[in-house]
Amino acid sequence: MVEKQYTITDEAGIHARPASALVGSISKFQSDITLGFNGKQVNLKSILGVMSLGIASGSTVTIAADGADEEEAMAKIDEVLKAEGISNQ
Amino acid sequence: MTSPLSGIAASTGIAIAKAFRLENPELTVEQQQVGNPAEEIARFDAAVAQSAAELEVIQQKTAQQISDKEAAIFGAHLLVLSDPELIGPIKERISADSVNAEFALQETSDMFITMFEAMDNEYMKERAADIKDVRKRLLSHLLGVKIQDPSMIDEEVIVIAEDLTPSDTVQLNAQFVKGFITDIGGRTSHSAILARTLEIPAVVGAQNAMATIRNGQTVIIDGLEGKIIIDPDSATIQQFEQEKSAYDAQKAEWAKLKDEPTLSADGQHVELAANIGTPKDLAGVLEHGAEGIGLYRTEFLYMGRDAFPTEDEQFDAYSKVLKGMNGKPTVVRTLDIGGDKELTYLDLPKELNPFLGLRAIRLCLEMPELFRTQLRALLRASVHGNLKIMFPMIATIEEFRQGKAMLAEEKAKLLEAGIAVSDSIEVGIMVEIPSTAVMADVFAKEVDFFSIGTNDLIQYTMAADRMNERVSYLYQPFNPAILRLVKMVIDAAHKEGKWAGMCGEMAGDDIAIPILLGLGLDEFSMSASSVLKARAQISRLSKQEMASHTDRILALSSSQEVEAYVKGIS
Repeated sequence: MVEKQYTITDEAGIHARPASALVGSISKFQSDITLGFNGKQVNLKSILGVMSLGIASGSTVTIAADGADEEEAMAKIDEVLKAEGISNQ
Repeated sequence: MTSPLSGIAASTGIAIAKAFRLENPELTVEQQQVGNPAEEIARFDAAVAQSAAELEVIQQKTAQQISDKEAAIFGAHLLVLSDPELIGPIKERISADSVNAEFALQETSDMFITMFEAMDNEYMKERAADIKDVRKRLLSHLLGVKIQDPSMIDEEVIVIAEDLTPSDTVQLNAQFVKGFITDIGGRTSHSAILARTLEIPAVVGAQNAMATIRNGQTVIIDGLEGKIIIDPDSATIQQFEQEKSAYDAQKAEWAKLKDEPTLSADGQHVELAANIGTPKDLAGVLEHGAEGIGLYRTEFLYMGRDAFPTEDEQFDAYSKVLKGMNGKPTVVRTLDIGGDKELTYLDLPKELNPFLGLRAIRLCLEMPELFRTQLRALLRASVHGNLKIMFPMIATIEEFRQGKAMLAEEKAKLLEAGIAVSDSIEVGIMVEIPSTAVMADVFAKEVDFFSIGTNDLIQYTMAADRMNERVSYLYQPFNPAILRLVKMVIDAAHKEGKWAGMCGEMAGDDIAIPILLGLGLDEFSMSASSVLKARAQISRLSKQEMASHTDRILALSSSQEVEAYVKGIS
């Protein structure tokens, strides 16, 4: 399993447009991917799950991938978070 | 021929076409036991596949006909349709409890809808609406009920609806939609304003249109008079076709005035400008020969998205408009939200009286960073044209001074950073609160110009919510109380050598124009499509003669008397 923490820098937090980009880009990976925030964990492949966390700007989130393609999945997540301006770390 | 309906004339022109009812069918779900859950899951999978195929087509069409941004809504719907946390539990419910797919869908999606609605945040509530939208589509396939998408209309129709939301209206393709009729709404509702921008005839507030008109019936809509005729006989069709061609001929006549200056019969010049909402509206402004933009409503830049526009995005939009106007005066109104205009990502607490609450300049002064970002974008764009900045909803001189000070500070910072800023930007205010009209002599010493916003000025002067149909009789542009306030503003401006314009609905009204010309209004700003008609009307009126009627008009006692008087002299 690989796990990483990110600080959300997008001033609107994780809203529909960035969340769609993120969820859409990882649906093809086989690994289980979760997003943890504020003691809660959701499936990162679920747009409704991600949106339901109501993640605001400045929050720290934990993303974990577990499975055969976990490394590739994390690399993709890194790329999308940067490209969408959601997080720069 | 069914007896005619009538409503509020919201956008001029005549259209004759078949009715297209934009319906919101009721989809009722009952719990049922099923004998073979595997078959039920297959039925559900088929509905998902049909819905996805439909959404892909709509997404494509919307991207082609409207924009990628609008199309993104349907991209989000597609993601909901493939959400494992929604689809998985539905299928589990079907197989575990042997219930029908409709019921499993209803129950599972309700959990998410309740969760989003409970978040008590406008933005999240809208996500609940997205889930409902997707559910409606899925249910329609499961139940075999057809739902309609406005973007899928591909023949000439007149759309009939209970109401049209702004997002419905953006999906209407003017190539096929020849007009629309709604049961509710008024002349200043968003759908009415959009109809005038799209230049399609519209009648709103028709009350019984949905109850009366059937799909496919021929309908005549007269946006000049607010009349609707259902199932006309051939003589009536012929009569309206003649009226339509007479109207089209008149439009062609007006078109000849496109490049002419606006001169009254006695040779006085006034400026005819247009109101716009987005850089896309520029084409209409130029096509109709407006001499400037009297109102650029910047709030559309902030609406229909999920975060504030950046300074650069705003700079691009403002520069585009200023460049497009090629040196002609362009009045940009700073952010005017609150009241009936909400931003989903700006989670402001609910107010008991939003029209009297934290809106427009009040909100901008309360959130200075938001305001300063817009001011910087405007200042940077100012070198590309003839920019004038206008603050909305000013109630006191302190508000104006505070706004102007912020503008000066941002300008100083930009100049210090070596960024060019025009040194001839006029700064004015919208007069839409009676206190400001009454104090116009004081304001006139400090502002560069006034622009009278009549919709709100009437609403606040008459203390009548303009969205409330039960008090709509108090929306009286010709009430002498309004005219006297307008006169105070114009006189105060002229006394200090400043100019006064009007950017409300009233500026383009053919009864108001003679009065305003007589009162000495310098600039009339209206829907682009009204400019040429107004120019033709002004060319037939003598300003001096109209001015000679002013005292008598202002001494009349009611709106009706004013209307009757003006009809008698012009």
